[in-house]
Amino acid sequence: MIGRLLRLCRWLWRIAIAGVLLWLRRGKEPLPERELPASPRAEKGVAALLVGAGIAGAAFVLIYGFDEANTQLLGVAAATALGLLAIALIVAAQAIVPQETLSEERPRFADPAAERGAEVDEIAMRAREGIDGITRRRLLGAAGGAAALGLGAAAAAPLASLGPRVGDRLRESPWRDGTPLVEENGRPVLADDLTVGGFLTAFAAGSDKRDLASSLVVVRVRPEELELPPERADWAPEGLLAFSKICTHAQCAISLFRYPLYPERSPGPALVCPCHYSTFDVLEGGKRIFGPAVRPLPQLPLKIEAGRLLAAGELSGAVGASWGGVEEGS
Amino acid sequence: MRPRRLATATLALLLAAFATVSFAKPPTDQSNEWTVDHRIGGSTVHSALERTGRRLFEEGCSSCHGFDGKGVPGQGPSLAGAGEAAADFYLRTGRMPLDQVGEQPLRGEQGYSDDQIRALDAYVGSLGPGPAIPAVRPAEGSLSEGMRLFTESCAGCHGTGGKGGVAIGAYAPPLGEATSTEVGEAIRVGPYVMPRFSEAQLDQADLDSIARYVELTKEPDDAGGWGIGHIGPVPEGLIAWLAAIAAILLVARLIGERGAEEPTPKRGEPRR
Repeated sequence: MIGRLLRLCRWLWRIAIAGVLLWLRRGKEPLPERELPASPRAEKGVAALLVGAGIAGAAFVLIYGFDEANTQLLGVAAATALGLLAIALIVAAQAIVPQETLSEERPRFADPAAERGAEVDEIAMRAREGIDGITRRRLLGAAGGAAALGLGAAAAAPLASLGPRVGDRLRESPWRDGTPLVEENGRPVLADDLTVGGFLTAFAAGSDKRDLASSLVVVRVRPEELELPPERADWAPEGLLAFSKICTHAQCAISLFRYPLYPERSPGPALVCPCHYSTFDVLEGGKRIFGPAVRPLPQLPLKIEAGRLLAAGELSGAVGASWGGVEEGS
Repeated sequence: MRPRRLATATLALLLAAFATVSFAKPPTDQSNEWTVDHRIGGSTVHSALERTGRRLFEEGCSSCHGFDGKGVPGQGPSLAGAGEAAADFYLRTGRMPLDQVGEQPLRGEQGYSDDQIRALDAYVGSLGPGPAIPAVRPAEGSLSEGMRLFTESCAGCHGTGGKGGVAIGAYAPPLGEATSTEVGEAIRVGPYVMPRFSEAQLDQADLDSIARYVELTKEPDDAGGWGIGHIGPVPEGLIAWLAAIAAILLVARLIGERGAEEPTPKRGEPRR
């Protein structure tokens, strides 16, 4: 079964190649006789071009290997390698490979025994024809090998840029009960820093600020307008609320906060992500009210000790975009 | 003496008497004599400016904000605690009076003269403790610090170039026409749905720096050439695409014209 399929594929492949060749040669006069364009100079030239392509590929790997690789140089090296390969192939096709048009004669219905000898002769002649015109096969083969090696190395080199394994870093959070909130410069965040309708960006004290879960957006609203779920009733002392600054849609930093002066006639307090306008209701604890995000913004319970803002527990959900294992609503 | 002259003379006398009285009783707080209430015998006496403001307020603002500035439910908010800064911002930028209740206040032509605005500011300021009009001095600010603060707290909605946007379910206005004082007022007041920033978060020096950066965004130095409205990569990409596509079309056209000069045998025609 598989053998049949393979044979079918092979035939389809041949037909496709033949079709492409016919299409490329359409409108051209068929070559009347066998041409042997081979010349030692062309062969040496092609070999040199192929070796040059290999060297350019190796140069790409070397440039890439330096820590601050110059992208312009990388581009020049890759373009040189591919360009030389292309020129080599064109020159080889024009000046080395024999060009001829053959017509296969109909087999005659004659004495098979006599025919066989002629057939063997013919096959031997074909085999000879196949190689004549190419005088230095090993040179060309070696040059082609060098080009393949160089270009292959250049194509494989960027694999070295794959980062370290992510592991559990996406799930780790620096927030525990009692973790202080600090500003970008390390100054502790004070409850009095924020007026009603204000917002600021905060981080977990002692954490790497680039950690996904470290950054927070802290806002202040009037305590009486809060509509938090009952289990979060004590999460927002004095109307201060903290949410993860990382949008649950595509992990952009949430930098837009709207707080109406006159709620009766304007949109309500919300955090908005600048990338795709996912909008989260602040009063209801980060509930998504608009946009492509599907999960609510994780909220951090807060407490105030000696005027400073501290975490009173862990974040209410997984930080960042949704992927395997992070389910809707969690 | 005709009766009209008599009336004028009486008025002049009365005014002179009033001026003498008010001169004879200088306000206790010298720093801002027009906004301080003088309590005499338990009753509140407002300054002349506040009284003018109150009259203007009753004429032009009270239908939505109420006669005492306490607001009308569903029409307009209470202005107690709004402060002089809010009144000055909304009036000076022409955002108030509003054409239609419920719509977002947008910059327009000033509805009042500068004197009237000062009077209204004084009256709204007297309704309750609120932010005063900040004295913003952009010349004393730091440009780099201003850019950092603007990027952190303002650029989300107004854009790093201060050109505004619509990302928050409302229109974040461009800052090209905003004076430094208006920038400071907006930061302290938080107009419409804008957040507000306390002195603890952005102090006077921060205000100066942000105002200086906003001044820069009005006429930035386009070192690269054409700024394309300074609204970021979208128009830049658009221009690049349109220009590139036009160039490609031109080249395609040139190639086509050159080919037409040497007619090629069409398919189906007998080959020579």
